[in-house]
Amino acid sequence: MGFLEIRNATKSYGAVKVLHETDIAVEEGEFLVLVGPSGCGKSTLLNMIAGLEEVTSGDIAIKGRSMNGVRPADRNIAMVFQSYALYPNMNVGQNMAFGLEMHGIPKAERDKAVSQVADLLQISHLLDRKPGQLSGGQRQRVAMGRALVRDPDVFLFDEPLSNLDAKLRVDMRTEIKKLHQKLGTTIVYVTHDQIEALTLSTRIAVMFGGHVQQLGTPKEIYDNPANIFVAGFMGSPSMNLFPAKVTTENGEAVAKVALADGTSATLPFAQERSMAGHEGRDIILGIRPEAITDEDGADRNSKAIHRIEARVEVTEPAGSDTFVVSHLGGKEVTGRFRADVDVRAGETFPFAINMEKAVAFDPETEQRIG
Amino acid sequence: MASNASSQVVRTGAGSRFVIYTLLAIFCLYYLLPLYVMVVNSLKPLSEIQAGGMMSLPSEWTIAPWASAWSTAQIGVAATGLKPYFLNSILMVVPAVAISTVLGALNGYVLTKWRFRGDTIVFGLLLFGCFIPFQMVLIPMARMLGLMGLAGTVPGLVFVHLVYGIGFSTLYFRNYYQQFPTELVRAAMIDGAGFFTIFRRIMLPSSGPIAVVCIIWQFTNIWNDFLFGASFSDFDSQPMTVALNNLVQSSTGVKEYNVHFAGAIMAALPTLLVYVVAGRYFVRGLMAGSVKG
Repeated sequence: MGFLEIRNATKSYGAVKVLHETDIAVEEGEFLVLVGPSGCGKSTLLNMIAGLEEVTSGDIAIKGRSMNGVRPADRNIAMVFQSYALYPNMNVGQNMAFGLEMHGIPKAERDKAVSQVADLLQISHLLDRKPGQLSGGQRQRVAMGRALVRDPDVFLFDEPLSNLDAKLRVDMRTEIKKLHQKLGTTIVYVTHDQIEALTLSTRIAVMFGGHVQQLGTPKEIYDNPANIFVAGFMGSPSMNLFPAKVTTENGEAVAKVALADGTSATLPFAQERSMAGHEGRDIILGIRPEAITDEDGADRNSKAIHRIEARVEVTEPAGSDTFVVSHLGGKEVTGRFRADVDVRAGETFPFAINMEKAVAFDPETEQRIG
Repeated sequence: MASNASSQVVRTGAGSRFVIYTLLAIFCLYYLLPLYVMVVNSLKPLSEIQAGGMMSLPSEWTIAPWASAWSTAQIGVAATGLKPYFLNSILMVVPAVAISTVLGALNGYVLTKWRFRGDTIVFGLLLFGCFIPFQMVLIPMARMLGLMGLAGTVPGLVFVHLVYGIGFSTLYFRNYYQQFPTELVRAAMIDGAGFFTIFRRIMLPSSGPIAVVCIIWQFTNIWNDFLFGASFSDFDSQPMTVALNNLVQSSTGVKEYNVHFAGAIMAALPTLLVYVVAGRYFVRGLMAGSVKG
C-alpha cells in the first residue's frame, strides 16, 4: 500500500467534471510531479490532497488513513504556494512558527525548530524581517521553511517557482532537488513547466483534460510517451510528429515519409520497435529533435541510424546547438545539430535519424502503437 | 525627487501660474469665510454682533460664549449647556462605530473568503440597505425600538446607527478583502488556524487602511446625524446635533449669536479632529478598497 494513495478520486463542480477517476499511489520518499497545461486538473488534485477542495467521489489516504472529511490542519501536510502566501503582518520567524503555534507546540520547541530549519535554508539572518522586505528568492525560501518546520508527512508544492525570474528558477530547482535528496521527504509538486517535471521528479503524472495521461518515471515519459499529447507536451523543443505509412521492404516493416520535393524517404524501424503486423497502416511518427542530427553528431551506440537527404528551411543557432528546420511528411521538423556544423538554409543536407528513438502513434486514437 | 515630480506635471509660464494661484487663493478665501465668521463671532460679546460688526475682528476678546454654550446655555427646558448632549453623542458614536466596523470586517471576511450558497444575494441585500432613504425606516424602526424596550435611549440610537452602518462597512471591507490573497487564508488553514483565528491573526492586522476609511465614514455620518437623533431620543438621550438645534431654535429671550456660533463649532470639532488625525489614510484607503493593483 502506498504512503499517499489516491483511489478513484474525482472532482466535479456542479455538472462539470474537472477531474476524472484518478488512481495514483505514492511511496514514501517519492517526488511526484503533476504536470500539464492550465486547466488540466493538476492544481485541483493537489488541493484535494491538501483538503482545501473536497473529493466528489473516491478516496485519498495518507499513511493508510482515509482523509475524507479530515480538515487540512489535521492531515499533517504542508503546502508551498505559488504566491508564497507569507503572512504580511508577521516577520519571517513568526511566519515559520505560526503552524507550530496553531498546533499547540510550546514556544521553546518552536524556536528550536525554526532556527534549525532557518540554518538549513540559510535564512537565519532574515528571521526578524517582514515578508515585504524580502526578495523573491528569499520569500521562496521562507515559504519552504514554513513547510519544513512542520515536519509533515507529505509536502505539497503548487507551482512554487513560477514567480521567479529564469536564472533564480534554475537555482531554486536544484536546491529543491538537493533538499529532497537530503531529507528524503514525500513530495507532490504541481507545475506546468515540463523541464521542472523532468529534472525534479522520481515520477511524473502528465495530466490533460482532467485525466492522467501517463504516469511513469521521467525516462519512461520522455522515451515512451503513451500518446500524442504526452509526446508533444514533454520535451523542448517538442517532439517532431509527422504522418508516415508503414510498408514492407525486404521483408521488414518500414516507414515511408513524404519529402518536400515530392519523393519519399524510407525509414526502417529499429528491431525492438518493430512494426511488423501493421503493414499498410497510416501512422504518426514521433522523433525527438536530438534523434535528428548531422551525421557526425549521431548517437554512436545506436544500431539504427538512417540517413536521408532533405532541404534545410531555417537554421537557428542557439549557442550550444544549432536547430535545423526541415520538412518531413508535410510537417515542419526540427533537428538538433552540433553548433559548428556548416549548414545553410536552402541547401539539401544529409540528416541522420536515430530510429531507436522513434515512436509511432495511431492517427485516430492518438495512442501509442509501437 | 524634484526632477521626477516636475517631469510629471505640465510646465506653465510665470503668467499663467500667477493667474492659477490667484484663483486658488480667491476660492480658498471664499470657502474659509464661513469658518472665519463663526470663529470671530464666537469670541466677541453679543453687543458687538448686535452693533453690526459681523465681519470684523472682536474689539474685546472673550471666551464667555464658549463657556456658556458648554455648561450654562438654555437647551430646551433646562439650562445645562451642550455638555451632557456632547457626552450622549460620544456614548452613541463610539460603540456604534466600533461595532459596525468589526461586524463589517467580519461580513467582508465571510463574503470573500468563506463563500456560501446565496452569498451574492446576501451581499446584494446588504448593499440595498445602504441606499434605503432614512425617512422610510422611521416608523418601523420606532416600533422595533419600542418592542425591544430601547425607545428614547442612547443604546437605542446605537442600535439604529449600527443597523444602518453595517451595510456600508460591509461594502468597504468586502471590496478590500476581495483583493486580499485567498492563498493566505488557505495557508493559514493548513497551518491549523480556525475561522476566528484567521480573522484575528491574518485578516485584521492587514486591514488598517480600510478600517480607517470605515471609521471616518461612520463617525462623520453618525455624529452629524440629525434625523434619527431627533426621532428616537428623549430629552436625556438627545445627541449633540439635536441639542444644538434646540439651543439655536429656543424662542425665549435674546438670540445669543455668539453662543450659537460657539456651540456650532463644538458640534463640528470631533469630526474635524478625526479627519485631521486619520485623513491621510482616508484617501489612501479609499483607493486601496476600490482600485485594483
